[in-house]
Amino acid sequence: MALTNPDIVPLAGDDTAAHASAPPVLRLSDIAKSFGGARALNGVSFEVLPGEVHGLLGKNGSGKSTLVKILAGYHAPDPGGRMEFNGEEVALPLRPGDFRRLGMSFVHQNLGLVPSLTVLENLRISDLTSVARGVINWSRERQLARDALARFDLALDPDQRIDRLSAVDKALLAIVRAFEDIRAARQRTGAPGLVLLDEPTPFLPREGVEKLFGLVRSIAAHGSSVIFISHDIDEVMTITDRATVLRDGNLAGRLVTSRASHDEVVEMIVGRKLARLAQVRTPTTTSRPPLVRLENVSAPQLKPTSITVGKGEILGLTGLIGSGYEQLPYLAFGARPASSGSLAFAGSEPIPLANLSPRRAIDLDLALLPGDRQGASGVDSLPIVDNMFLPDIERFFVGGFLRNGRMKREAKALGAAFEVRPNDPLKKLSALSGGNAQKVLIARWMNRKPRLLLLDEPTQGVDVGTRQHIFAALRAAAADGMSVVCASSDAEQLAEICDRVLVFARGAVCEEIEGDQISKEGIAEACYASLDKSPPRTTTAEAGTVS
Amino acid sequence: MSDAASANNTPATPATNYARLFERVALIGVWLLLIAGFGIAMPTSFLNWGNFAILFASYAPAALLALAIIVPLTAGDYDLSVGATLTLSSCVIGVLNVWHGVPISLAIVLAIAAGVVVGLVNAFFIIYVRVPSLVVTLGTTSLITGIVQWMTNSSTISGIDNSLVMAVVGGRLFGVPYAFYYAIAAAVVMSYVFDFTPLGRRLLFVGRGREVARLNGIAVDRVRLGALVASGGLAAAAGVLYAGVLSSADPYSGLNFLLPAFAAAFLGATTILPGRFNPWGAIVAVYFLATGITGLTMLGIPLWVTNVFNGGALILAVTISQLTRGREASDIG
Repeated sequence: MALTNPDIVPLAGDDTAAHASAPPVLRLSDIAKSFGGARALNGVSFEVLPGEVHGLLGKNGSGKSTLVKILAGYHAPDPGGRMEFNGEEVALPLRPGDFRRLGMSFVHQNLGLVPSLTVLENLRISDLTSVARGVINWSRERQLARDALARFDLALDPDQRIDRLSAVDKALLAIVRAFEDIRAARQRTGAPGLVLLDEPTPFLPREGVEKLFGLVRSIAAHGSSVIFISHDIDEVMTITDRATVLRDGNLAGRLVTSRASHDEVVEMIVGRKLARLAQVRTPTTTSRPPLVRLENVSAPQLKPTSITVGKGEILGLTGLIGSGYEQLPYLAFGARPASSGSLAFAGSEPIPLANLSPRRAIDLDLALLPGDRQGASGVDSLPIVDNMFLPDIERFFVGGFLRNGRMKREAKALGAAFEVRPNDPLKKLSALSGGNAQKVLIARWMNRKPRLLLLDEPTQGVDVGTRQHIFAALRAAAADGMSVVCASSDAEQLAEICDRVLVFARGAVCEEIEGDQISKEGIAEACYASLDKSPPRTTTAEAGTVS
Repeated sequence: MSDAASANNTPATPATNYARLFERVALIGVWLLLIAGFGIAMPTSFLNWGNFAILFASYAPAALLALAIIVPLTAGDYDLSVGATLTLSSCVIGVLNVWHGVPISLAIVLAIAAGVVVGLVNAFFIIYVRVPSLVVTLGTTSLITGIVQWMTNSSTISGIDNSLVMAVVGGRLFGVPYAFYYAIAAAVVMSYVFDFTPLGRRLLFVGRGREVARLNGIAVDRVRLGALVASGGLAAAAGVLYAGVLSSADPYSGLNFLLPAFAAAFLGATTILPGRFNPWGAIVAVYFLATGITGLTMLGIPLWVTNVFNGGALILAVTISQLTRGREASDIG
């Protein structure tokens, strides 16, 4: 085993003796990848043994997805790396589609099923659409589909449409299909195949995860191997035999999961010892009067959660993917239906979220900047000025005419204040870079001086300079008394702007970080550490204050 | 017309881009070239004011129909039922006024009301049942056409009250019958709404980005409903004009306006305010098509050429707008 990184913690010996005779299904040596000057992968080596479920772990940006894309033939690795599949040398870079010929298949998080087609059609899609075939023998196809489903004890009707299936059944079907897709390759070579599962679980309920694990085990029992990518350490500990951890493009370590503890894994991912602070509240030096309280807000992926936001506070919401934090801004704005909950400004009656619409929320001086800039925030094909003043266009309707000239002048002034470049309000929004378009949309809301600004991933796809502008604008407005709730998966950003960060796990707040405790590493660590202490509890009732 | 258009719609850009300016007036230029071409071929019969006066008046219903279509198109919905609504409206007038002796003013009100009802029915299925607008309005087209045939016993009803005829084609201004000015008046009102009211901006945002509109507090469903009702009402008004122009109600010929009106709506979106469905562009496009068809007919070219011309113009119009602004999202989602 070529260890290329001094940091490696070789917890694992080569002690999966059961398979010692057969060559590893996949062996990667010294795989590196640079984008421009940046090293995304720095000489990573690892191997996956036959019949093994192998975890691949790491934070966002650790190089996991680059590695997956190299295996899928989407990225070409830097020269020097080697790959063996079932003991045979494979030439790198892989061409797209090579993976299937070798006997490798992928299940991505979106599953890649066509919702309007049936189970049968989805299961057999690669065969049914292959160029070489003539007439489709439906009874044979149906039998093949039944056989495949029966092999894995999946009680699905082949004629059922995908959109009628539960989330769990969809995931199971996608995995069965991935395994079936490499059947031909496995039969030809007689060697095991490899199924790579990329974050299959975040949106599944607990019992669904159990089922999925059952399926993964039965694939392994067929002698094939599974690479399991997940942020959820508990899941990784449960299902995998061994795991490889990446950190900042390096191999951080390998471990045999049965011998490692939860904390050791987190430590390896985050890169430092877990400082298990007994959640000591730092004494509050400034107390902020509470501005708004969200009470018992719940939705399908979110357990009832109560949050108080102080006046002038910047509150961060974060967690691992699927933990539910990202829904809160939309629920609080009435943009998505909440199962329960209410919103109350200090000193006024609570408003049930069921009665809240975006219009009403705007009238209450709430503002929402959605994460999907092009789909939900601004219209690219319309002018900057119209995008800027969309929610308050009535203001410019004076004497029976829309004052286009005044709109343009105000847009120009607002654009200058937010440093939009080029600052030409009549240009279409699409004429601006992503960062500048985001400035326009944030200016739209901040210009209204809302009491509470809700943000979802405000700096995604935004360049570093623009980030600083946006942060400065947010801080200045917060100092003037505007409150901000910022949902983000970017720990660095949260650490930079937030007064307080709530970390979510499995649909509930599980940790609250305040003041000096907030750091990039601290947040990342809390996200992972969160998972073993996420009994549902509502927190932060007392937290209208901040240090 | 072109003067009025540029006065109404041009937000003075600081650095006027000549390519943009050319794009705005290109269709008008092509129209003038077409007139010049037919004028050279037929100096006396084509190039006289009387010919144009008739052309302007007889295509006024088509112009109104094109205006009707661009309202829901801007809001992101197709309304194919406008042609049938036009027929329905003119036949309601014929049946009520001629057969049942209902006063013409009341008959007109009821005809417009019929158009509004069509709009409401379309809106119900499109907005509340969430059936695609193309399918719903294709269905209502056939449904209305059937009802019209039942209503009229499939016969043309002549003898509509002369006051309607007089109001539509009886008087002339600059030699052009009033019918034309009704269409122009409608375009004036529409360009006011589109460009100078918040409603116009809402309509545009609803059509280009429903979710964006919703999250900015726009009542998306209400705007779409309003657009469909407006197109029903305008199409019915076009039917009233049509009854006046013909002085009778014809249960069949109204549907022939549908294709030219659609062609004009899309062709109009390549001119005056390129990239947007706009009323003055639609008016220019209607009369551009009308000039082509009239000229060809006068040259003695067989009737089938009309269909080829209209269909070709529709496809060409959409192609041009796709080629020149392919990077931008189209209005229809």
